[in-house]
Amino acid sequence: MSTATDKQPLPARRPKRSLKDRTTWLSDHIRNEWRLYLMLLPTIIWFIVFLYKPMYGLQIAFKDYSIFKGVAKSPWIGWEHFQALFSNDQFLRAVSNTIKISALNLLFGFPAPIILALMFNEVLHAGYKRAAQTIVYLPHFISSVIIAGIVITAFSPSVGIVNTVLGWFGFDSVYFLTKPEWFRPIFVGTGIWQEAGFGSIVFLAAIAGVNPSLYESAVVDGASRWQMMWKITLPSILPTIIIMLIIRIGNIMEVSFELIILLYQPATYETADVVNTFVFRQGLQSGQYDFAAAAGLFNAVVAFVLVMFANTLSRRYSRTSLW
Amino acid sequence: MTNWNLYSRGDKFFAIVVSVLIGMFTVATLYPFIYIAAVSFSSGFAAQAGKVVLTPIDMTVEAYKYILVDPEFWISYRNTFIYTIGGTAVSMLFIIPAAYALSRPQLMGRRFFNLFIAFTMWFNAGLIPFYLNMRDLNLLDSMFGIILAFAINAFNIILLRNFFEAIPQSFEEAARMDGANDFQVLWKVFIPLSKPAIATITLFCIVARWNGFFWAMVLLQSQEKIPLQVFLRHTIAKLSDDDEFAITQLDAAYSAETVTAAIIVCSIIPVLLVYPWIQKYFEKGILLGGVKE
Repeated sequence: MSTATDKQPLPARRPKRSLKDRTTWLSDHIRNEWRLYLMLLPTIIWFIVFLYKPMYGLQIAFKDYSIFKGVAKSPWIGWEHFQALFSNDQFLRAVSNTIKISALNLLFGFPAPIILALMFNEVLHAGYKRAAQTIVYLPHFISSVIIAGIVITAFSPSVGIVNTVLGWFGFDSVYFLTKPEWFRPIFVGTGIWQEAGFGSIVFLAAIAGVNPSLYESAVVDGASRWQMMWKITLPSILPTIIIMLIIRIGNIMEVSFELIILLYQPATYETADVVNTFVFRQGLQSGQYDFAAAAGLFNAVVAFVLVMFANTLSRRYSRTSLW
Repeated sequence: MTNWNLYSRGDKFFAIVVSVLIGMFTVATLYPFIYIAAVSFSSGFAAQAGKVVLTPIDMTVEAYKYILVDPEFWISYRNTFIYTIGGTAVSMLFIIPAAYALSRPQLMGRRFFNLFIAFTMWFNAGLIPFYLNMRDLNLLDSMFGIILAFAINAFNIILLRNFFEAIPQSFEEAARMDGANDFQVLWKVFIPLSKPAIATITLFCIVARWNGFFWAMVLLQSQEKIPLQVFLRHTIAKLSDDDEFAITQLDAAYSAETVTAAIIVCSIIPVLLVYPWIQKYFEKGILLGGVKE
């Protein structure tokens, strides 16, 4: 996420003259610098074996894949899987759910850490602030299995604290996790509970970078803390907010599907099933590898386009690319 | 600027309101953990009746007994340690030298290699081709497969590369004068100078490994190879699907829910123990990789 590459000292000069000169230069270079290439080699091999080879395997999205024939020998069938996908109601529902869940995350999950950071900035007692920060960062480090376990317990119809509290006010017990209309609020709310605190770190850092003389002159002018927050702090961290927003837009297709797999059930597929959970069920659970790979490819291509779009935007906005 | 006595009445009111709101959010963050701990120490009957709110009801450790005598729990706990320690060590062996090489201006094809690595952050083949590739490599149900296949992530390499690039040339030149080669420069100069960055990335790896669940669930079939997170998932699924368990245990000292809560507590404790250390470095780390001007 930086432009450090461009600021580095000049690379070694490569002679542009004769072929012989270049060959000599190259053999000298390798003789002097072979250690560097040796250090890089294992990582390059790893990337080829574990990340680029699967990209080659993506061709099964256009094939009638058979486990026995393997990737290369399975027959081509063109766009058949994609035609099947786009007439598959479950897939179309998954695409729409992905976008809806991301939109809710953006609407509620994005402002939460900003508001939190602005509030932390106004807390005067250093020890209190420190303690509160320590606690709100914690859920970020808890695995999705545990998060799901907590959600399942808290929302359970018999044991759950949520239903216990509803009971105090005379409401009937609700089995929330089987109700499609409750899935997204619970999922997005869990996300805020887990990530808002940790997400505030970036904005707090931006706030720490605001020029103190701005506040000093505002104090001289008799501005209140509330006014300073709106007129100084918020405008000063706006570039950070915009960059983070762009990153979020680039990641719209990346809903945290691990947590969805742990929380959804057939009763809530209607609102909970996203593209990646669809791929997981069709491919890894039902063994329709080629069809599921096509759905995954669709997701990856849309995500790629979004990320490229986001990077172009941020470059235009801040003259800083995100990587 | 932060002198309380200089605050106007309005400012004092504002500061108090904000402190109260922060307090409420903090309590809301902490409460689910307290609630789960309370459930884990309550009797199955009290939990089933929805009596647990803040403190254990009919205090008992039966749920812990149920889980702690299960050998599979201990095996999965041991496996998680193997994956976390082994996986993190392997990750660092790949990442540190690669980041060093990529940070050297004299490396030919540096732009290409950087792009080659960064591209995987933007485009990913997805679940199915990755899974089929693991099967072709004969790494299904393999502990070694889990450790190796998730050793590197592009982001960590780039993070460390950026840090190495920011180390002034003069340090390297001084070492070169003394006749050091790249291995020695990395080992004796760069690694000692980059301790905070390396600690941060080590922690990224440790946390990712400790919490890793999805691929372990998909790739591992043998009970004796699964990590704690998968064991936890299996147990929660088993207990909540098993109606008989709930009914026959209704008057018992533990129930599906108290056992689930007890496992959750057992798997959070190690995280809490290293948390102060984690927190110290993560704040630095996120800024290291964060948005720079």
